[in-house]
Amino acid sequence: MTLDTVKHAAETPDASQPWKELGLKEDEYDRIREILGRRPTGAELAMYSVMWSEHCSYKSSKVHLKQFGEKAPENDAMLVGIGENAGVVDVGQGYAVTFKVESHNHPSYIEPYQGAATGIGGIVRDILAMGARPVAVVDPLRFGAADHPDTKRVLPGVVAGIGGYGNCLGLPNIGGEVVFDECYQGNPLVNAGCIGVMKHEDIHLAKASGPGNKVILYGARTGGDGIGGVSVLASETFDDTKPTKRPAVQVGDPFQEKLLIECTLEIFKEKLVAGIQDLGGAGLSCATSELASAGSGGMRVDLDTVPLRDATLSPEEILMSESQERMCAIVEPQHVERFLAICEKWDVIATVIGEVTDGERLEIFWHGEQIVDVPPGTVAHEGPVYQRPYERPSWQDALQADDAGKLPRPQSSEELRKQVLALVGSPNQASKSWVTDQYDRFVQGNTVLAQPEDAGMVRIDEESNLGVAMATDGNGRYAKLDPYTGAQLALAEAYRNVAATGAKPLAISDCLNFGSPEDPAVMWQFAEACRGLADGCLELGTPVTGGNVSLYNQTGDTAIHPTPVVAVLGVIDDVNRRTPMAFAEQGQLLYLLGDTREEFGGSAWSQVVHDHLGGLPPKVDLGREKLLAEILISASRDGMVDAAHDVSDGGVVQALTESCLKGGNGARVIVPEGLDAFTFLFSESAGRAIVSVPRSEELRFTDMCGARGLPATRIGVVDGDAIEVQGEFTLPLAELREVHEATIPGLLA
Amino acid sequence: MTTRIGVVTFPGTLDDRDSLRAVRLAGAEPVSLWHRDKDLHQVDAVVLAGGFSYGDYLRAGAISRFSPVMETIIEQAKAGMPVLGICNGFQVLTEAHLLPGAMLRNNHLHFICREQRLRVENAETAWTGDYEQGQEIAVPLKNMDGRYVADERTLDELEAEGRVAFRYLARGEAADGYGNPNGSLRDIAGITNEAGNVVGLMPHPEHAVEPLIGTGRTDGLPFFTSVLKKLVSA
Repeated sequence: MTLDTVKHAAETPDASQPWKELGLKEDEYDRIREILGRRPTGAELAMYSVMWSEHCSYKSSKVHLKQFGEKAPENDAMLVGIGENAGVVDVGQGYAVTFKVESHNHPSYIEPYQGAATGIGGIVRDILAMGARPVAVVDPLRFGAADHPDTKRVLPGVVAGIGGYGNCLGLPNIGGEVVFDECYQGNPLVNAGCIGVMKHEDIHLAKASGPGNKVILYGARTGGDGIGGVSVLASETFDDTKPTKRPAVQVGDPFQEKLLIECTLEIFKEKLVAGIQDLGGAGLSCATSELASAGSGGMRVDLDTVPLRDATLSPEEILMSESQERMCAIVEPQHVERFLAICEKWDVIATVIGEVTDGERLEIFWHGEQIVDVPPGTVAHEGPVYQRPYERPSWQDALQADDAGKLPRPQSSEELRKQVLALVGSPNQASKSWVTDQYDRFVQGNTVLAQPEDAGMVRIDEESNLGVAMATDGNGRYAKLDPYTGAQLALAEAYRNVAATGAKPLAISDCLNFGSPEDPAVMWQFAEACRGLADGCLELGTPVTGGNVSLYNQTGDTAIHPTPVVAVLGVIDDVNRRTPMAFAEQGQLLYLLGDTREEFGGSAWSQVVHDHLGGLPPKVDLGREKLLAEILISASRDGMVDAAHDVSDGGVVQALTESCLKGGNGARVIVPEGLDAFTFLFSESAGRAIVSVPRSEELRFTDMCGARGLPATRIGVVDGDAIEVQGEFTLPLAELREVHEATIPGLLA
Repeated sequence: MTTRIGVVTFPGTLDDRDSLRAVRLAGAEPVSLWHRDKDLHQVDAVVLAGGFSYGDYLRAGAISRFSPVMETIIEQAKAGMPVLGICNGFQVLTEAHLLPGAMLRNNHLHFICREQRLRVENAETAWTGDYEQGQEIAVPLKNMDGRYVADERTLDELEAEGRVAFRYLARGEAADGYGNPNGSLRDIAGITNEAGNVVGLMPHPEHAVEPLIGTGRTDGLPFFTSVLKKLVSA
């Protein structure tokens, strides 16, 4: 086959090209021809096709994501915003923290182990590329029905992949979620988050400036794996009629990534790079075009110098390969020798593949012949933008009218007790330790809190005890009932979880998981969720620093529940002041903070007992969330509470069960005046938390709540070895533990 | 003169920084050792930290054992220098034949991370002097290939010579960290050589040295204070 050079393309304008197979639409292909003034070469077509895919270009979501910038609250903490590899916030004492959540949904369904593993690898390199040492990971996961046979294929593979890769990197896994719902049966959501820490002066950006600077590709050799992964996998709906797509999933090597991390950190320490970018989705196409586009000049790359695992790869394949564990750095000529020496020390292959030019074009050569000549911005940033039509679905009204409040409620104490056991033993409410015990949460020796705590927390300075906390939350059931409110509830819950540990929420990252943007109903859900999140962030004062959109999570015509997952990052001045969730001391007083209303729409109770989804989700009052957070943070700082646990899915009874089991202590509880036992135990009203208050602090604590106008209701005392709801039932902890802990191993082991 | 304790970094070592911290908290001077460097930089003792050296490819610890730094460590260990192998470090010590036996994949085939209860069976090694004989401790455990095996004769010898240094506590609830976590023969969690200077174990004492971090216990700190006392008194 002759090489499709720029010259050849100009001479053969009518040659037919596989733009359709590469996922481009006809008008997109025409636009490429217009930009170049000729037909693209094969290599150019490969680059445009991957970079203009939904996954890389955000072409359907962009118009809605804009709001995160437009409505961003004033926030001094923000150092680097949306658009870089990850956002960066100031956490004080000269430290900056970078964090982000990403999806690896489609690959994880096809090949659970490698899909999940490379999801971790990718997010960790994003964080690394900002100049930070990765210090923790979190994994929000969603699977189909817990008892579906395919869940037994997907879940153990995903968990083993996360463990197998993350554990080998030496990153503690400190949080996340495991949620089951039949809507995710063919579209599991495998999201991964990472936190990194650096000093302010060490922030690195992805740009190629300075003519004459060298472009160095380092890390793993480039192979045939993951070719077209982005365009073919992430941007298309699964369909039974098409052949299996396994070869498009990348294969990870965590050992190589660990070397890449340590090698890169040593390179940063010696200040040897002018710009850096990791290679993830769209591989070299993305790295070269983004680096060149963000810099001041052009770039020339000799593609035949790229070290290969498979010598038969074509230039197009090399540009599209998503082989893992690779980074691309821009290095001033005088630093090249030292850069290569550090790579050699860590047994990392490094190759000068090109240089920054004073032109404006990205030029790629293959054995001396030019195969790419493009304005890099047109590849990286000026992809198509779609105003996809959106419309509130016709079924939304009927769904909301199907009020969960009208479902039959338990008629006796015995029935109530049975429903409590059914709830705490249901797959979504049951203990997830079978999953999380496969992750290393201790490595690095800075883990202060890890799952199942409300938020994970790591110390970032051993002298001052400065720490950061992160919680991730999302509730697709709420979002299905009302995407605007659902997105705000996800934000509110993660915000509350961070505050419950005593950390002050600073900023957020999000992973927006939705169905096909070509369906106006899905697009409406997406638009509403974005609007809700942007409005919520503005009100809470927590800017969106970046994130990820995953569309086409649907099988046939059936989309997943709209599932915005929100990660909130918080900071705590002294990790000694952190508040855990366990009721550790008998005799302490239990207070329920916030208001409890009859809110059952989308609740765990309605799902577990009635297999029902309808009505409206709980109301959101972000002003109240802010006040609650302030109280929780003050109480933690001043030592007024010994334990705090947010109340969310499953309600008060779920929160009590978790805190009692964690601490190995029971609780004697009284139903507060004005509430019936059922509503008290199962309602999912937002803006609530349960705290355990030492008797000596009771007055001080209730005075504080009273003075600031936060309802605080004394609901009982930590006592005995059972949860006793007076006048209703007594459930021994041993029985609760058995029910709570046996479910997941029983389904999966 | 301060006591210097080295911690080796192989490619893929993960808990080296934790071990360096534990050494420092115990009051000794931590020294980083690099796998390609034969020179031990005048350290008085060495910790082989956990992780996945060389990715655990081939077999856990199998490649590390041939690294330049190990040549010197093997030589010095035979001459009496205290050496502690934790997790992957234990695997390296068995591959290097400084300790008998081997580690196989956990019997349940999963990675396991939890707090683990142990009994100190030999409080006279270089690394256990600060424990009471028979003392029960809890430290984190995290591994994929942690199942200790050896032939019956070796196991009998280890028992007879008091060289089983740590045993998993079999009784009680798994949720509370009791039980043999991986099918290790005779509940063995760690062993020592005849001289008592070389100790290897699968659980991670270096993760249990600060009251706030990890499990909130400091049950692992005596490993590091034990060796420090031993070296200072020597």
